[in-house]
Amino acid sequence: MKVLVCVKQTFDTEAKIELKDGKIADAGINLIINPYDEVAVEGGIQLKEKKVVDEVVVLSAGSDKAMDAIRTALAMGADRGILLKQDTGADEYARAIALAAAIKDENPDIILAGHVAADDGSSQVPTRIAEILGLPHINVITNVEVADGKATCTCEADGGTLVAEITLPAVISSQVSWNEPRYPSMKGIMQAKKKPVATVDAVAADNKVTIVEYGMPPAKQAGVKIEDEPDVCAAKLADWMLNTVKIEVK
Amino acid sequence: MSETWVIVEQRDGNIRKATFEMLSEAKKIGDEVGAVVFGKNVEGLAPEFAKYGADKVYVVEGDLFAEYNTGAYVAQLAAMIAEYKPNAVFFAHTFNGRDFASRLAQKLEAGLATDAIAVELSAGKGVFTRAIYAGKAIAKVEVATSPVLATIRAGVMEVAEAAGAGAVVKPAIAATDADVYQNIKSFVPTVSARPDLTEAETVVSGGRGCKGPDGIKLVENLADMLGAAVGGSRASIDSGWLGHELQVGQTGKVVCPNLYIAAGISGAIQHLAGMSSSKFIAAINTDPEAPIFNVSDFGVVSDLFKVIPTLCTELKK
Repeated sequence: MKVLVCVKQTFDTEAKIELKDGKIADAGINLIINPYDEVAVEGGIQLKEKKVVDEVVVLSAGSDKAMDAIRTALAMGADRGILLKQDTGADEYARAIALAAAIKDENPDIILAGHVAADDGSSQVPTRIAEILGLPHINVITNVEVADGKATCTCEADGGTLVAEITLPAVISSQVSWNEPRYPSMKGIMQAKKKPVATVDAVAADNKVTIVEYGMPPAKQAGVKIEDEPDVCAAKLADWMLNTVKIEVK
Repeated sequence: MSETWVIVEQRDGNIRKATFEMLSEAKKIGDEVGAVVFGKNVEGLAPEFAKYGADKVYVVEGDLFAEYNTGAYVAQLAAMIAEYKPNAVFFAHTFNGRDFASRLAQKLEAGLATDAIAVELSAGKGVFTRAIYAGKAIAKVEVATSPVLATIRAGVMEVAEAAGAGAVVKPAIAATDADVYQNIKSFVPTVSARPDLTEAETVVSGGRGCKGPDGIKLVENLADMLGAAVGGSRASIDSGWLGHELQVGQTGKVVCPNLYIAAGISGAIQHLAGMSSSKFIAAINTDPEAPIFNVSDFGVVSDLFKVIPTLCTELKK
C-alpha cells in the first residue's frame, strides 16, 4: 500500500503579517510545512513504521521554494517527493484540480493532508480532492487504524468525538492533535538529499474565487493597565467586568 | 424572488446559535430566507427558524439524514439547489459545515468562501471578508459562481428576531443509501457543563503563568462562575493541562466572544491571532511588558494566583 501526503508550504505561525503594495509581504518570512500537514506527514511515516504501507510520497503544489517543504518531509522519513509547479495565486478549486490530477497518476491507497492550512484557513482542498477523484473522505482525524482495506478514523467533531469507517482508497485530513511530528535527524537530512523528487507542471485550472483586496484587521488599542496590590487589582477588574462589560455572574 | 438559504446546524433538536446568526444576516440581505434543516423528526423545529426570519423551511427528514454524513447530505442538497436555484447558501463554519460546503462546492465546480466574517451579497455575486493567517490579516474575496457559497464564522453576526412565514417545504428526497461513504460507528459528546469554546459569550483562558493544574483550576472556577468556556494558550495545551480542542490561536480555535480573559498568557503572536477580535479583553499577567497588554482593554499586572480568588469573591458580592 502507498500513502501520499499533500503538504503546503506556509509562513511560520509566529510570523508577523504586513502588507506591501496591497499584497501580503513575504520578504524575510520563515517558511514551514503547514503544521496540520506536518502532522499528516508524521502520520504517514508512522503507518510505514507499522508496516501498514510500504511507501510514503510527499506532494506539494507551489513555487520552487516549496522544494524546502518537500525536503523537510523527506528528512522526517518520507520516501520520495513530487513538486507540482503552480502559481501561488491558485485558489482552492484550482489547487485541488492540480493536486488531484497528480494524485491520480500516483494511484495511492491513502491520501493524507492537514484539514486546514494555517495561512488561508480555508479547510477546502482535501475535501475537494476527494470529490474530484470520486473517493470517500473524512476530515479532522486524531487517530486512524487501517485494516482490511478500511480506515477507522477517530475525528474531532462539533461537540464531541466521532468514530467512522471509510473504505480505501480515501482522503483523510488530520487535526494537529493526531501526533507529535518528529524533528528530522541529521542522518535524515543527509538521506533526504539523495531521495528522488520529481518536478511536474500543474494542470491548469481557472480560479473560482477572486481576491478583491487584502487588508489588516482594525488595530486593537491597549486600554487601561493597572499595577497594584492583588486585592485592589481584583476589585478594579471586577468593577470593570460588571459595569463596563456588564457580564452576568452565575 | 431569489432566496438565500441557511443550512441549519442541529443535533438531537438542539440548534446551534450560529444558525440564528446566519438567518439574521440573511434577512438583512432582503431576499427570501430559506432555512434548510436535515435530520430525523425535525419538522417541529420550523417555528424556531421562522422567529429569526425564515420565510421557508426546507425539511429534509429520514433515517438517512439522522446524523450528518457528507455523501447523503451533499447528494440531497445538490438536487435541491438544481430544483429551487437559491441565489446563495450559507453554512456555519463548524467542522460539519466546512466539510459539507467544500464537498458540495466541488461537486458544483463552484467557488466557496470559508470562515466569512462579513457578507455583501447581490444577485449572483457575493463579496466576503475572511480572516487569513488566523486573523493577522483579512482578505475580501468575490464568489460569482452559482449559487454563492460561504461558511460563516460563529459569534460574529448579530442575532435579531424577525418574523418570517416559516412555510414548510418538503423537497423530494434524492439521496440514497448508496451515497453514504462514511460508516459512523459512534459519536461521544464532550461531557462538559461549559459552553462550546467557539460559541461562548465569555472565554477564560489560562497559559504558562498558570504553572500547572492548580492554576488551571482557578481559571476553571472563574469560568464556571461566569458561565464561560475554558481555553488555553499553546503552552498549557503542550504541557497537557488542557485538551487540544481547547487551544486558542493560529493552530487551534479562533474565538470572538464578548469577553476574553487571558490569565497567565504572555500573548505570543500565534495566540493573539486566535482571540484579538474579541469585543472586550482582560489580561492578568505578572510581566508588565507582556504583549497581551497591547490588545487588552483592561490589564492587570499581578499574580493570577492571588487575583483570581479575590476576583471571584468580588464578583459574588
